This record gives sequence, C-alpha cells and structure tokens, in this order.
Amino acid sequence: MPAMPLLDIKNLSVEFTTRAGTFRAVDGIDLTVDEGEVVGIVGESGSGKSVTSLAVMGLLGSNGTVVADRMHFGGKDLLAMSPSQRRKITGKDVAMVFQEPMTSLNPCFTVGFQIMETLKVHEGLSGKALRNRAIELLEQVGIPAPESRLSAFPHQLSGGMNQRVMIAIAIACNPRLLVADEPTTALDVTIQKQILDLLVRLQKERGMALILITHDMGVVAETAQRVVVMYAGQVAETRPVDALFKAPRHPYTGALLDALPERALGKRRLPTIPGVVPGIGDRPQGCLFNPRCRFANDRCRIERPALFDVDAGKARCFYPLADAPVGAGEVL
Amino acid sequence: MTDILTDVMPATGPVVLEAIHLRKHYAVKRGAFKPAATVKALDGVSFQLEAGKTLAVVGESGCGKSTLARSVTMIEPPSSGQLLYDGRDVVGRTASEMKELRRTVQMVFQNPYGSLNPRKTVGSILSEPLVINTPMGKQERRERAVAMMAKVGLRPDQVDRYPHMFSGGQRQRIAIARALMLNPRVVVADEPVSALDVSIQAQVLNLMMDLQEELNLAYLFISHDLSVVRHIADAVMVMYLGRPVEHGPKDVVYSRPRHPYTRILMAATPRVNPALRAERVIPKGELPSPLNPPPGCPFHKRCPHATERCATEVPALRPVDERLVACHFAEEMA
Repeated sequence: MPAMPLLDIKNLSVEFTTRAGTFRAVDGIDLTVDEGEVVGIVGESGSGKSVTSLAVMGLLGSNGTVVADRMHFGGKDLLAMSPSQRRKITGKDVAMVFQEPMTSLNPCFTVGFQIMETLKVHEGLSGKALRNRAIELLEQVGIPAPESRLSAFPHQLSGGMNQRVMIAIAIACNPRLLVADEPTTALDVTIQKQILDLLVRLQKERGMALILITHDMGVVAETAQRVVVMYAGQVAETRPVDALFKAPRHPYTGALLDALPERALGKRRLPTIPGVVPGIGDRPQGCLFNPRCRFANDRCRIERPALFDVDAGKARCFYPLADAPVGAGEVL
Repeated sequence: MTDILTDVMPATGPVVLEAIHLRKHYAVKRGAFKPAATVKALDGVSFQLEAGKTLAVVGESGCGKSTLARSVTMIEPPSSGQLLYDGRDVVGRTASEMKELRRTVQMVFQNPYGSLNPRKTVGSILSEPLVINTPMGKQERRERAVAMMAKVGLRPDQVDRYPHMFSGGQRQRIAIARALMLNPRVVVADEPVSALDVSIQAQVLNLMMDLQEELNLAYLFISHDLSVVRHIADAVMVMYLGRPVEHGPKDVVYSRPRHPYTRILMAATPRVNPALRAERVIPKGELPSPLNPPPGCPFHKRCPHATERCATEVPALRPVDERLVACHFAEEMA
C-alpha cells in the first residue's frame, strides 16, 4: 500500500450557473498529487484546467458549484471545512502563482508590503523578523538587491521580476503544494527558462509538490514527472512524462503532439486537428473528442468511454493508440 | 548600390522589399529638469525580402521587432535609412504615390480579439479596404469579400456575422483575409499565431503557407517562437536591442548558430523531444533598458563568452560562414 497522496481528488465536477443555464466546466476528474511530485496539467483553452486549480484552491466565484466524492488535502477533507478553516490552508499549505504577474500584484502597494501581508496573516511575524524574512524570500527567488526592492512598486519592476515576487509570496509560508497556473505564458523565452528553473529548484529544495498548468507541451515535457491531459473538462490521458511523450495512448494527445512544429521537421504542412474544443451547449454524445478524432467509429459516437488502464497510466479511449504512430501522424 | 554593402544578406531571387540601414529613434522625456533621452528602437537594420519567401524576425520584447513592423508598413516613417519597394524609395513620394505603395504591404496583428472591429460584420470588415482604395460598387465588393472568405477557409454564408461569433482561429483567418483584399505583395505578420492554441496554430500556419504559394506573397514574420519560425521561414533575422545580431538562411542559422544570443534563445525554447534539448544553459539577467544600453556589445552583460573587448568595442555585422553575425568571436562558436 503506497503512502497516502498529498492531494486526493475523486470525481470532481465544477458547474457554473449562467443566464443561459448551467455549464459544467469540469466533469468528473480524478487528480492525485504525491508529496514532492511535479504534475503537469495540459490542455487547450476551454479544457477546464484553470477551473480545476481554482476549485482546489477554493477560489471560485459564487456562481461556481464544486461537487466531489472526495477532496482531501494532507488527510483533511477540504469539502467538510468551514470557509474560515479553509482560508487557513489557502495561501499557507496550498499556494498559487498566477499567469499575469502585472495584474495579479496590487499596483497600489509595494512589493514588500504584499510579501509581508502573507507572513503577518499566516505566520504571525512582525517587526524586524518580518522584514528579514521578506528579504530572505526575495533573495531565494533571485531578486538582486532585495533590501531596496522591498519599497518598489510592481510597475517599477519587469514582468520577470514581478513573477519572482509572486513566487516569493507563494512560497512565503513553506507550502506543501504549489499550484502554478501558466506561470510563464506572459514572459519571454529566456525569462521563462529562468522562472521554470527557479520553480523546479524550489520544489526540489523544499520537497514541495508542484502542479504546473500550461498549454505549452514543451514546458510540461521539460518540467513535470507526470502529465494530465485535459479535454473539454475531462481527463483524456494521464501518464508519466516520458511514456506519454514517447507513445501517447489517447488520439487527442497524439494529435496535439503531431501539431507541434517541433515534431514536423522537414514536412511542409503541419498535421492539424479539425474543428475546435466544444464549448457551452455543444458537447457531443459519446466520446467528447469523437467529432475531431481520425479513428472514431459508431461506438465512439454513442457511448462515452471511461478512463481505461493503459501502460503506466490511464486513457479515456476505447481504442488507445499503439506504439507506432508517434510522429507518423498523417497530414490531413 | 546594394553590392557595396557588406551587412546585407544577398538575395537569390527577385526582391520586393529592401530596407537599408533603417533607424527609428524616439525622444523620451524624463521629467522637467532632465534632458530628453533617446531610445534607439531600431538602430541600423538592413534586409532584402524576396517574392514568395518568408523572412522571420526573432527576438524578445523590446528588441525592436514591432517598431520594424511599423516602419515597414509605413505606419511610422523611419528616422533615417531607406525603404525600397520594387526598387522605389518610399521617401520623397507624393501623397497619391504613397497611397499606391501602401496597398502593396498589409499587416496581420497578434491579437485577433483586438484587431477586428466588434461592431462590423465580416463582410464590411473585408470590404472596407476596397471602399477606400478602389472604385468598386457595393455588389462587387461583397462578391470579393465572399470569394476571399472561401479562400481562407471560412464559410461564405457567415459573411453577415460579427467577430464575436467566431473562434480565435477563425478570427485570425478573417484578419488574414482582410490583409489580402488589396492583393498585397508583402504581408507583415506580427506574432500571428502566438495567441492561438497548438491545434489552431497549426491550421493558421498551414493556411499562411498555402496562400503564400498561391499568391507568391512575401512574409515578414515576426515571432518569438523559434520552433514556429523554423517551420515557416526561409531566412531568419535575430534582433537584440534594435540591431540584428544574426541574419541568414534558416538552415544555416538553425544548424549552427554563431551568435551567443541565438544559441541562448534556442537553448531556452522548451522541447518535447528530450534528444533535441540543449545542455541546460540558464540565461543570465534580463534585457537592459533601451534608454541606457551598455557600452560595447549590447549583449555582453548577459553573454557567457564575454571578454573585455566586448565591453568596449561594438561588434560590426559581418559575414561569417554563409550568414551575417555581430559578434567578435563568431568564428569560435562551434
């Protein structure tokens, strides 16, 4: 019997009530993250990856309803907690780094104030100890001259520096799980490399678990240990990183990989996936991917597949891909 | 006159657009008591763009790639330097000649959500260039718009829809269609796929390459994504702080980059295939302020190979091994 996972989610669904009716953005996903593990969640826009992370954090707006069979963090039931108990965990044991550092920091307060705010609330620090801890954190995330940066406002720093500040705030209380939602999408490639490296270094040093949410397959491939591929609110495939990128089992994962210019070297046309991710109200019957799938047959169009066991993981497909088709995707 | 320039990559086919030592300097006020500073957004950029070919401009934010797009599309005149379309200089044209010239170069912007007017139907977005530039009647304009929609893979019956009824990829198709309405010879595309999902990105790139083949378009393709550039470009120009640092045919630059910055950019690009990953070079520092660029080589503060010479002497763009490169030690980069 393996040790209990740090985050254990069974059958999580998130529904939003809009004027047009209810919309299920996340549809029965299972997610486990072990202590010290790096899990990458990939998917296109509309796949529900960000909503999943907000549900884990308890940061959904009032029109979002979270339903789950089980939602445990560190052995505690998140669903049974009162909002005030939940707030003690959010920002302390589970912390989050958002996509746009320029908009997620408050422009009216100094960087130092925003770091110290977290430390005051969760750790009860004050005075000199508080200031020293803030300086120490800025140092850890690689900000030069940290003492003088405490009094800087976000607009005085570059995007990369602001993202470092966001990370400093997130790791301030030594979280056991860090959720990073597209942490490098707004940044240049050289700065992206620096930030990803910083996240991985902190994760290793602290034995922290990391959920990395991104649409960039390259970023996941280089950073994560295990990958969850999401499609239209469901898990399409979940497997260890090497196995997934070497031989994807779900046709959607395979098609996504084939569409990368990196894998089409020497070919003039890129293999594409026809159509778009289904949105509100146009979820198809049967397998959610069937209208865009090259291999779909009548069974796929009627019956919705469960997550079946495939080697080293799971894939939501009646006819998982064999080893061969990697990079051999036919040009449509 | 081009053959006496040593810092222009020689073209092999018919050249539609030539830029010679393009400069764009902006004066920036720094407060009442300080003298105005100069930002050299473009500082001597030369290139030749051939018909039917793609020149990709690569670099991080602040490197001057968008300023280059604005100069080339004649949105802003350059501070100095020449811009030649079919060998004719842009400077010194009369207003009516300029109007004629502007038709030959069109632009596709990065964000298809911001670059289409939400209050206009696709049909009127596409026929607007015709209203301004041609004597066509209403019926003919509409026919042209419908024909162009079919060409970029949109259903002609969607002609009366508004932009919000389309997905991001379809909107970028509308933006491309709009750029092609006046039969331009050059299309400047500023990060045309960076706002799109991977599968949609592939569709739009395929469309751009098909249209290029069919209409013999020349693309100035501005991007920060080196794997996209490798797929679509014929030639690559890497820019840093307003200057080209490496410029040459795609295969030459990708198989053996000679400028340390090009090498760092390539190493920093995340790869799916572990075999393609470069050794883990963590790039140092950030882009210096363009208000206060370092002396000597603009890249020397972030360069792992920098010497004292780099801190004092600005490296000239010079031919090395089939490409142009601005580094004192280009020969040693192997």
